[in-house]
Amino acid sequence: MDGAAAMADVNPFAPSDFERRKARRTTRNKWLMFSFCAVLVIPLVAILVDIFVKAAPVLSLDYLWQNPENKGKAGGLWAALVGTFYLVIGSLVFVAPIGILAAIYLNEYAKEGFLNRVISIAVTSLAGVPSIVHGLFGLGAFVLTMLPAINKLIADPNDPDTKWEAGLLTASLTIAVMNLPVIITSAREALGAVPQAFREACWNLGASRWQTIRTIVIPNSFSGILTGIILTISRAAGETAPILFTGVTFFKFIADEGWDKVFPYKVGEPFMAMSMHLNIISNQISQMPDSMKFGCAAVLIGLILFINSFAIALRVWLRGRKRW
Amino acid sequence: MSQSATVESKKKLGPAGTIERPVTWVGRMSGRVTNARGKIRLLDRFEKPIEWLIRICGWSSIIGVCAIFFFIFREAAPMVPKLDWVHFFTSPRWIPNPAPGNEASFGALALLAGTFSTTFIALILCVPIGLGAAVYISEFAKGKVRETLKIVIELLAAIPSIVWGFIGLMVLGPIIQQIFSAAPGSWWGHTMVMLRLASSETGAAQGTNLFTGGAILALMSVPVVVSLSEDALRAVPDSYREAALALGANTWETVRRVLFPAARNGLLAACMLGMGRAIGETMAVLLATGHNNRIPTALTDPVRTMTATIAAEMGETVHGDSHYQVLFILGIVLFVITCSINVISDIIVKGIKKGNKA
Repeated sequence: MDGAAAMADVNPFAPSDFERRKARRTTRNKWLMFSFCAVLVIPLVAILVDIFVKAAPVLSLDYLWQNPENKGKAGGLWAALVGTFYLVIGSLVFVAPIGILAAIYLNEYAKEGFLNRVISIAVTSLAGVPSIVHGLFGLGAFVLTMLPAINKLIADPNDPDTKWEAGLLTASLTIAVMNLPVIITSAREALGAVPQAFREACWNLGASRWQTIRTIVIPNSFSGILTGIILTISRAAGETAPILFTGVTFFKFIADEGWDKVFPYKVGEPFMAMSMHLNIISNQISQMPDSMKFGCAAVLIGLILFINSFAIALRVWLRGRKRW
Repeated sequence: MSQSATVESKKKLGPAGTIERPVTWVGRMSGRVTNARGKIRLLDRFEKPIEWLIRICGWSSIIGVCAIFFFIFREAAPMVPKLDWVHFFTSPRWIPNPAPGNEASFGALALLAGTFSTTFIALILCVPIGLGAAVYISEFAKGKVRETLKIVIELLAAIPSIVWGFIGLMVLGPIIQQIFSAAPGSWWGHTMVMLRLASSETGAAQGTNLFTGGAILALMSVPVVVSLSEDALRAVPDSYREAALALGANTWETVRRVLFPAARNGLLAACMLGMGRAIGETMAVLLATGHNNRIPTALTDPVRTMTATIAAEMGETVHGDSHYQVLFILGIVLFVITCSINVISDIIVKGIKKGNKA
């Protein structure tokens, strides 16, 4: 009798001490790892808020629209902003076609094998090359090799004004080489997401490889490729080291009004860029007011986050309407 | 003759999608499907040239890597036989512009020490945090939390390095200087000297130093580590997780005993690529490490890295002089280090992919 009553009290499904400890350990580790994430997120948010609060006194539309004055101690950011804009456009002109075609080759044409392996290792190595080494490369290849060749062709030897200097062209090319692996990787991912069955169906209708790519693969992966291009833009807008020796200049007077304000830089002429402007005013000019430094940083961060949120929104939208 | 034959056959073959024989040069060069109007599209006409263009673009990355090596090496080449390589790797005396009458000294030991010490600090901070965050995102977080975290990590990766340098210089630097400063003789000063947190009892001489640079680099490499580790964890087949759960393991035990061993190579590669990013970073360390050419002895000593040296000094050099060439040699050293890191990690990752297939 006693034994049976005792048996009824014991819940046979109650967790043992061992299991309880196990569960506790899991919960603890979960919160530990959550705190790691928090360690990433909270300082980031705090820093961004700090920068924007300190920049608030100068932020206005005029600040974006006016040219810098007195080595950036006063005035706005226009000359640097417009330089960054043209730099981004210039690098896209070179990198977007080559990168997308390279991704098409890797995803659609290349067979598994030695060459494909070498190419993918080259892509990862190119992605890992330090940005300053890209700068050295741009200096050696574009400024010191390509420009003299161009000048021999087009410049009037008696008129030094017609000579092209390191400028938008060389800087765009350098940035383009740097962004090549970014766009190859993302475009390849987008192309790879198109189901193989789509291609097979198209082949079975008698289309050739290129026709399949043109009519089926690219339209179906277009948004993904676009996301990659947007990411390239954001990277091109923020990089400093590659353009340091290949065309960017610290200060350049540009017109304050008229069309010359919108198209201020020639292709073979040094230009200003946001990232370089931030580098110089935060570090190299004494008695620079703090609000100008934080203002420039805030505008650059805002620009990058704006571009990136485009890419993120595009991807979320894309995932929502995926049909396969 | 053949021209008119094609025209006639086109008239006969009415509907879209019919196949035309390659009679003319157009037929031979192009894809052979007509569109709804019975015409060959311009883009299809040039299929062969386009395929060659695609092929050449596919090789562009190889061309790029070779070109980078070629052009950097070409600029550095005259210095390679002249440079005292033993001195270069063993002496911390980096005096490129000596006072008149003295000889220039190119000893890069302190620069190497600066690069590797900042990278080391960055790795100590970013590997546990990065792996932990990756495990949380891939195994624990669900729904909105996970999406938000992934977006934040992505934004973290998007912030340009010059902005990180600015943050190190203007935001983090002052905070670190506050923490690592003390009145001489106080207990905190003693502790800092004893634990090698600072080289003098007054603490850090300036806010931009080894620790600030390392922390900034850690924040910059964390996104790389997180996203690649998450990929590696995701690549472990779900059947592994299910088997572990069926044996009575809970999530944490699955992570520790099953996922970590299974994804070991991928996680290692993620950490290596994070390290590659930390070594190659330029603008952030230029602004945030203090730029002082000496071998660090304590955590808050200002240091100077190879990348920052190139960025800071290239503008002062004259094209073709020995200082200019030595900076290119530093570039080659950096290129070789980062390339070997990338190739090794690529081989590690590809290694597991083969293992999974087999």
